Amino acid sequence: MKKYSHFSTTLLVLTLIFSSCGNQGKGNSASSGALSSNNAEKVYVAPGEHDDFYAFMSGGYSGNLTVYGLPSGRMFKEIPVFSQFATSGYGYSEETKPMLNTSFGFVPWDDSHHPDISQTNGELDGRWIFINGNNTPRIARISLTTFETEEIIEVPNSAGNHSSSFITENTEYVVAGTRFSVPVPQQDMPIKEYKGNFKGALSFISVDPEHGHMSLEFQILMPGFNYDLSHPGRGKSHGWFFFTTYNTEEANSLLEVNASQNDKDFIAAINWKKIEEYVNAGGGTKMPANYAHNVYDEGTHTATSTMKKEVLTVDPTKIPGAVYFLPTPKSPHGCDVDPTGQYIIGNGKLSADLTVHSFDKMLAAIEGKKFDGEAYGIPILKFEDVLAGQVKSGGLGPLHTEFDGQGNAFTTFFISSEVVKWKLGTWEVIDRKPTYYSVGHLMIPGGNSRKPFGKYVVAMNKITKDRYLPTGPEMEHSAQLYDISGDKMELIYDFPTHGEPHYAAGCPAELLAPKSKKIYRLDENKHPFGITTPTDAKVVREGNEVHVYMSTIRSHFTPDNIEGIKVGDKVYFHITNHEQDFDVPHGFAIIGQNTSELLIMPGQTKTSVWEPKQVGVWPFYCTDFCSALHQEMQGYVRVSPANSKIEISWSLGE
Amino acid sequence: MKIRSKSVTIIFSLLLMACGGKEEKKQEGFSVDRTKTTTEKPVEATPAVSATPPSERVALNNKGVGPIKSITLDAEIDQAMAKEGEEIYGRMCLACHKVDKKFIGPAPIGVLERRSPEWVMNMILNPEVMVKQDPLAKELLGEFNGAPMANQGLTEEQARAVLEYFRTL
Repeated sequence: MKKYSHFSTTLLVLTLIFSSCGNQGKGNSASSGALSSNNAEKVYVAPGEHDDFYAFMSGGYSGNLTVYGLPSGRMFKEIPVFSQFATSGYGYSEETKPMLNTSFGFVPWDDSHHPDISQTNGELDGRWIFINGNNTPRIARISLTTFETEEIIEVPNSAGNHSSSFITENTEYVVAGTRFSVPVPQQDMPIKEYKGNFKGALSFISVDPEHGHMSLEFQILMPGFNYDLSHPGRGKSHGWFFFTTYNTEEANSLLEVNASQNDKDFIAAINWKKIEEYVNAGGGTKMPANYAHNVYDEGTHTATSTMKKEVLTVDPTKIPGAVYFLPTPKSPHGCDVDPTGQYIIGNGKLSADLTVHSFDKMLAAIEGKKFDGEAYGIPILKFEDVLAGQVKSGGLGPLHTEFDGQGNAFTTFFISSEVVKWKLGTWEVIDRKPTYYSVGHLMIPGGNSRKPFGKYVVAMNKITKDRYLPTGPEMEHSAQLYDISGDKMELIYDFPTHGEPHYAAGCPAELLAPKSKKIYRLDENKHPFGITTPTDAKVVREGNEVHVYMSTIRSHFTPDNIEGIKVGDKVYFHITNHEQDFDVPHGFAIIGQNTSELLIMPGQTKTSVWEPKQVGVWPFYCTDFCSALHQEMQGYVRVSPANSKIEISWSLGE
Repeated sequence: MKIRSKSVTIIFSLLLMACGGKEEKKQEGFSVDRTKTTTEKPVEATPAVSATPPSERVALNNKGVGPIKSITLDAEIDQAMAKEGEEIYGRMCLACHKVDKKFIGPAPIGVLERRSPEWVMNMILNPEVMVKQDPLAKELLGEFNGAPMANQGLTEEQARAVLEYFRTL
């Protein structure tokens, strides 16, 4: 009783407090209330309606790429790239295991950082999206028709593949620079002998215009600095590529201190057209190498992995006019080029100011041979001669810059947690808005191309803290969406993102939505173990290997009873989904599977290996709720002792 | 309560038995026992539907709902078209429709004695709408266990070829 009255008193008091608070809010905030409801409308995509933009966010330590809609912030898909993915069986199925093959063997994970959409004439063309794997250096190409990873190429002589994967304005090359310099070729040597001996490889990987197939054309072996980020020249600076460097001190230990000694590091300006000419004329040195090239074929639904044994390396000091260093304060991180190609922005992460170099002034300084010395034979231009201007923002820890196509730039500040809008040419700060918290990259759809779509900017934060309901010590990262269509930025939305998104790439929805594939045509299925009619379903023993040619349709497997399997067999279930209707996948799981389930799209064939270890009758079933009779979609495999004489047999409905 | 749950179980096992014809012999004693106690109920349940199951009903004037409004068939069967239809049928339909006996769905043999050519083609081309708007298709869905007819994305031309193949059966 006593407790009760306590409770009701508390309730009464609380209610009073709350209602008075509420009244206050209503009374004095008519204007701000209207404003925030306006913001709600800006991000509200009504049920059944579609977003205006796609946003592709890297997964960071998830190794994948996630697809979001803007402005709603809804996540549509996680595309497996460098990591095994049980949802679809990527990296577990026989067809996709080769995608994760490397010179280090099967590597089922990576750290994916910088997605970039293919371009034609410097504008997004929506054919493919590329992304880098940092840890075991790789570049992946993902189809923007199927939204599946189609190709992965390993990058030899590279380590911490970070200044990647950025593409030139006609997708001539996808470029991958090393973060860590290493011995090239790798060898057993004392770490202390780093300075002057290690090399930084910058790799130019060509992209076949028709199929997108990648080929490592040449590697520029640069001095042993850390190559942090990069972007291509565009428009007038097309043909050049710019890389930020740090650790020009060439420290091999305690970089936190030792790599922050120099007052200025460099932006390396690479005239890749000149190097391309040199290489085409037979220049460069072929070096033995060992790297994997993995290609997925949409017709056979199967990937193959090939080991490449040679790479063409280029010593930049042998090509006059190919490489210059632009001094840039203070361990610059982001390296961004404005839509006209005139300005190259290097954000010294330990500096308060942004450094903007001028492409025209750079060419003039090169012409006038105004050098300030050289580093390992590479000419250093004079800082004052190439400087276009500095943005005195008052922020701390500038990282990355994107552009709205209206003459404005937007830069993130990690330490002071904000996005700053400033004007190209006058360098004046126009606006600044806080982020929550510690922002890394930001993304404007098309914001690193000649034609940005300057309606929204997404800020991707490293720290979440109190932004959402807590989920224990580990949380998803937060992203903020700003409306940048007006003079002032407006924070309109905040949503969690999966993994640790570093960079992102976005494009208008109409560029991709109409051509998004709905099904794989069964009459185009060229999988060697695929069957296009259930009458071809069969089970074939080849020694200890058993191949099950199986088909699915709502809601049964053909066959669904299999006998004659023995302990010690290796059973390959090759499953073709005979549906030809949009969004009718079937799944396959069998008890004791040591890999993962499969999710098979209409018209597709996938294979799961099963090695039965125990005698018995074991069920399998469909994992995707495919129809009202989904729970009926199941079957049995009879497993007999290893010395059993039972012949292989199979059936359905008998 | 107990009694009710028991009889539900019994009905359920009856239903199961009806499906698994082959197993009957092995479990004779067990099943006969149960059958007797509840013969009435399932018999009562069935007449609610029509006496003739929808699959056997003749409805030659029903053209169904879909893109095909009217089709004229030549007196002669176009053998080349029928052959193409057979090939499409093998790839797209056979998983659920065995040619001469009921499987997941009904067998196509003799279908043109019961259905108009338009209805057949609309069922192939527009199954999602048919099972909602065509009363016969709706009833058929019930007769065939609620297993939906899959839309296999055939073109009109392909569906026409499958129809020609049905004429040869």
